Amino acid sequence: MIAIDDLRFAYPGGFALHVPSLSVGAGETVAVVGPSGSGKTTLLNLVSGIAVPDGGRVTLDGTAVGGLSDRERRRLRASSIGFVFQEFALVDYLPAEENVLYPYRVGTGLRLDRAARLRARELLDRFGLGAKTRRRPHQLSQGERQRVAIARALVTRPKVILADEATGNLDPANKEAALDLLFAQAAETGAALLCVTHDHELLPRFDRVVDFADLRAAA
Amino acid sequence: MSALFLAAANLRFHWARTLVLVVAAALVLAVPVLTRTLLAQGEAQLTARANATPLLLGTRGSRLDLVMAGAYFTDDLPEPTTMAASEAVWDSGLGIPVPLHTAFTTGGARIVGTTLDYFDLRALDVAEGRGFALLGEAVLGSAAAARLGAGPGDTVLSDPENLFDLDGAYPLEMDVVGVLAPTGTPDDEAAFVDIKTAWVIAGIGHGHDDIVAEGEDLSAAAARAVQFARITPENIDSFHFHGDPATYPVTAVLVAPYDERSATILRGRYLDAEGPVQAVVPRDVVDALVARLLRIASLVDAVTVVVGLAAALALGLALFLTWRLRAPEMRTAFALGAGKGTIARLALAEVGLVLLAALALASPIVIILMRNADTVAARLIALGS
Repeated sequence: MIAIDDLRFAYPGGFALHVPSLSVGAGETVAVVGPSGSGKTTLLNLVSGIAVPDGGRVTLDGTAVGGLSDRERRRLRASSIGFVFQEFALVDYLPAEENVLYPYRVGTGLRLDRAARLRARELLDRFGLGAKTRRRPHQLSQGERQRVAIARALVTRPKVILADEATGNLDPANKEAALDLLFAQAAETGAALLCVTHDHELLPRFDRVVDFADLRAAA
Repeated sequence: MSALFLAAANLRFHWARTLVLVVAAALVLAVPVLTRTLLAQGEAQLTARANATPLLLGTRGSRLDLVMAGAYFTDDLPEPTTMAASEAVWDSGLGIPVPLHTAFTTGGARIVGTTLDYFDLRALDVAEGRGFALLGEAVLGSAAAARLGAGPGDTVLSDPENLFDLDGAYPLEMDVVGVLAPTGTPDDEAAFVDIKTAWVIAGIGHGHDDIVAEGEDLSAAAARAVQFARITPENIDSFHFHGDPATYPVTAVLVAPYDERSATILRGRYLDAEGPVQAVVPRDVVDALVARLLRIASLVDAVTVVVGLAAALALGLALFLTWRLRAPEMRTAFALGAGKGTIARLALAEVGLVLLAALALASPIVIILMRNADTVAARLIALGS
């Protein structure tokens, strides 16, 4: 599903990232660990096409991301990638259900229809938020906000789920619950899950762990 | 559609900030329109009134004060002249003199003491009740009646000139006998009484019980006299005036010359700079005033443009700062597949909705003012020069 080959990227300030090879198959869960500043978030940006690599190749579901136009990369992000952010990144003025539907409001090429609304409600119901669909983020607990954020990442049935410190702000019980949801959805839809994390306690739950310290040493 | 939805949701959620933006934008939109409308209406009213006032006589001094007080009933009064000026016109046979005494007010409305000729000259119609016929009766202009909440059968009280008004100008309760049809002129804001009623308020005329006992000294009896504060059928016969009527004060004498030749002769009679009375053609004075107003209006226009630009920049800055605060949301939107076009549409939708709301707020204010511009302008003119 995700295939990375000899990926190179350098920031003007001097930081450089080199990933010789990495692949994540459909339904596979992979954790990426490494020290702060080692380029984990940059990797997610390169995989999603937010950043363009200086060299090498990223392939998503058979499509080479580097060969796409800007508009095509946006379309790919909207339709094939689900993002879960560390700070949840919910929109403060929208209720929970509209936050879940946010990708349809702004994503290139997506159309908000009845099926999308049903999917959003179904996810919120499944995540135990069926009675809180009209609540805004500030009216929800941390764990509830993270569940809304996960529902938003899943609403478009993405082939790839990218999670950046998705459990960083949660207590242990909520961390487990959030991972349960992500893993269950990945298994159900066959999506590849690439998860950047600092939390070593969670690593045994992943199919594979990639340590950026090892990658850089290999490079 | 989504851009509009998101913009509306954001504006609704941050309603206090939105309210400030909308009110500020509404003011920026409305104030120039209101200013121009009022200026145009004021100019039209000043000119129309001046054209309908052929000649004014008054004490030599400020021509503008005389015109403003005599034609527009403003608060700034010139030194009064006397009834002799009016009688001189009458004796000349060159026109009809209409004395005007405008020194007093009732509930803020100017009391205009005059004669019935004034109503003919101004073509005023009584819409309700009748014209004044007796001492102590008042006919209200339409706006004054509405503001005072008074009509035929009610009474109005003249305003005291000062708190401890021991020297004349006693408050007089007057019977309202009629209300004039609206004219869109300063007459709407006035309360009309017979000029003798104005003199009663001034303390020149008064009424009291017959209190002189046989063989009593007059001055001792006068000290005991209690003057009537209202003129009624029972006491009207007791009202009397002291002194020579020719010396009674009038603010101005409005003159309607019989023809152009009479007007020229009349004007010639008051050319002597040493004479106590001057004749003024209101149109000449108002033309000069309007020309000055137009110059000021040009300045106001320039200031309005600068202030409008500053306000627009301030609004733009407020919106820009709002967008800076929303940078995390925009980053999220970008990660979720939004393009610059989507984000631009969001910004435009917000600006558009704020402007639409501002227009919706400003429009009724502008429409209401434009519909009532004549009344507002008349009141502003009547406030004084």
